[in-house]
Amino acid sequence: MGNTSGVVVTGLGATTPLGGDVPSTWSALLAGHSGVRALTDDWAEALPVRFAAAAAVDPAEVLPRVRLRRLDRTQQFAVIAAREAWSDAGEPEVDPVRLAVSVSSGIGGILTTLNQYDVFRERGWQRVSPFTVPMLMPNGPAGALGVEYGARAGTHAMVSACASSAESIGYGIDMIRGGRADVVIAGGVEASIHPLNIAAFASMRAMSTRNDDPERASRPFDRGRDGFVMAEGAGILVLESEEHARARGARIYAEAAGAGYSSDGYDMVLPHPEGEGAARAIEQSLRQAEVAPGDIAYANAHATSTPAGDVAETRAIRSALGDAAADRVVVSSTKSMTGHLLGGAGAVESIATVLALHHRQAPPTINIEDLDDGVAVEIIQDKSRDLPQGPLAALNNSFGFGGHNVALVFRHG
Amino acid sequence: MAYTEQQILEGLGEIVDEIAGVPAAEVTPDKSFVDDLDIDSLSMVEIAVAAQDRFGVEIPDDQLKDLKTVNDVTNYIAKQEASA
Repeated sequence: MGNTSGVVVTGLGATTPLGGDVPSTWSALLAGHSGVRALTDDWAEALPVRFAAAAAVDPAEVLPRVRLRRLDRTQQFAVIAAREAWSDAGEPEVDPVRLAVSVSSGIGGILTTLNQYDVFRERGWQRVSPFTVPMLMPNGPAGALGVEYGARAGTHAMVSACASSAESIGYGIDMIRGGRADVVIAGGVEASIHPLNIAAFASMRAMSTRNDDPERASRPFDRGRDGFVMAEGAGILVLESEEHARARGARIYAEAAGAGYSSDGYDMVLPHPEGEGAARAIEQSLRQAEVAPGDIAYANAHATSTPAGDVAETRAIRSALGDAAADRVVVSSTKSMTGHLLGGAGAVESIATVLALHHRQAPPTINIEDLDDGVAVEIIQDKSRDLPQGPLAALNNSFGFGGHNVALVFRHG
Repeated sequence: MAYTEQQILEGLGEIVDEIAGVPAAEVTPDKSFVDDLDIDSLSMVEIAVAAQDRFGVEIPDDQLKDLKTVNDVTNYIAKQEASA
């Protein structure tokens, strides 16, 4: 057993379809804005899905040209979000052997993979960039941050599809609780808006085809939901042992109180219809956090706007919290505004969850016109919701193809 | 068709600026790529391929490792062009 130090969140950074940083993303989430737009690229014309939620600020506007050349778009987003988070945390002074990185992507540097394959076919092997391998590997964003910050306690990249960044945050919590690190740069990223990826998800009928109304296409819990909307960007949290944070007088957003994991062992891509595995992950996260179900005031749902997943998740929340607590919790899916950041979703949504506790205001779910009858908890619709004062906790769920379930619990006050 | 050494030097400066972000004005004949311009081995590979595209002269790996300075590269390209 290592020590069981408390873990706190001391820095936040993001670049999302709603804004190039956390403040702009957060204000857009509270205001109920959509980051989804029609795709204007020529290649989109051949696809059944012609919209996506691209990053609001392109990395080319932020990073120098040579740096851009050597980093895949996933790494570019990770570097940008990490810089904001590190600065937000007050650039903590930490022994490099006590500093770790736990940052993932669901797919890895697939834009580099696909673009360099085009280069190979059109111009031959010598024209393939010598930076291709470090750019395409799924641990590329973690590696880039490990080098940038000189982290020497470990650089990790947990890969579990759309649960990846939640799993990375959970791993970061575990590293600090287990005594392996004092500070962990944790989170995740995705950058996969490319015709092949859209074709692949569209081919499995997982994406919304609401081409005539992109901003209203991501509609978790609505009866008319018809699939997710692909998004890109990154979210990074600075996790720190409470002792380390207090010793340097750091501003503490919330406690990263616990993580729970399970797997469905049921289907590669379909969630368990009753959300049995999801419920076990939530129960485990509450146990690790030593949080009573009744303390969970808000849950940021994974709900991606696919027919199969959203309702099952609300059943899982009810089952895990029990009826009394499930009757009081309020739930939203911020994917209605950001789209689905895939491997970056859990991190961006953890930031939303932490800020909801910190500011006592929970972002809404937009685009619900006709709430699905099967929804088993109260959904915050259209307008943000004030949360009560006093000690509170909040839950963030993430699930991924392959049957991965991760639940994170944050506590405040 | 041959490029003058001055043209090769200027072209090399533009390539190094584009690939490694070192201002073209710093790419002068006596500079070492590694020691003075802080260019790593992967970037040297990119520079050699870009130079091949621009000047039509291939720089094989076993030659590239011996080309330490900007002058070494300009001379190599000029010599290969002259013999082509």
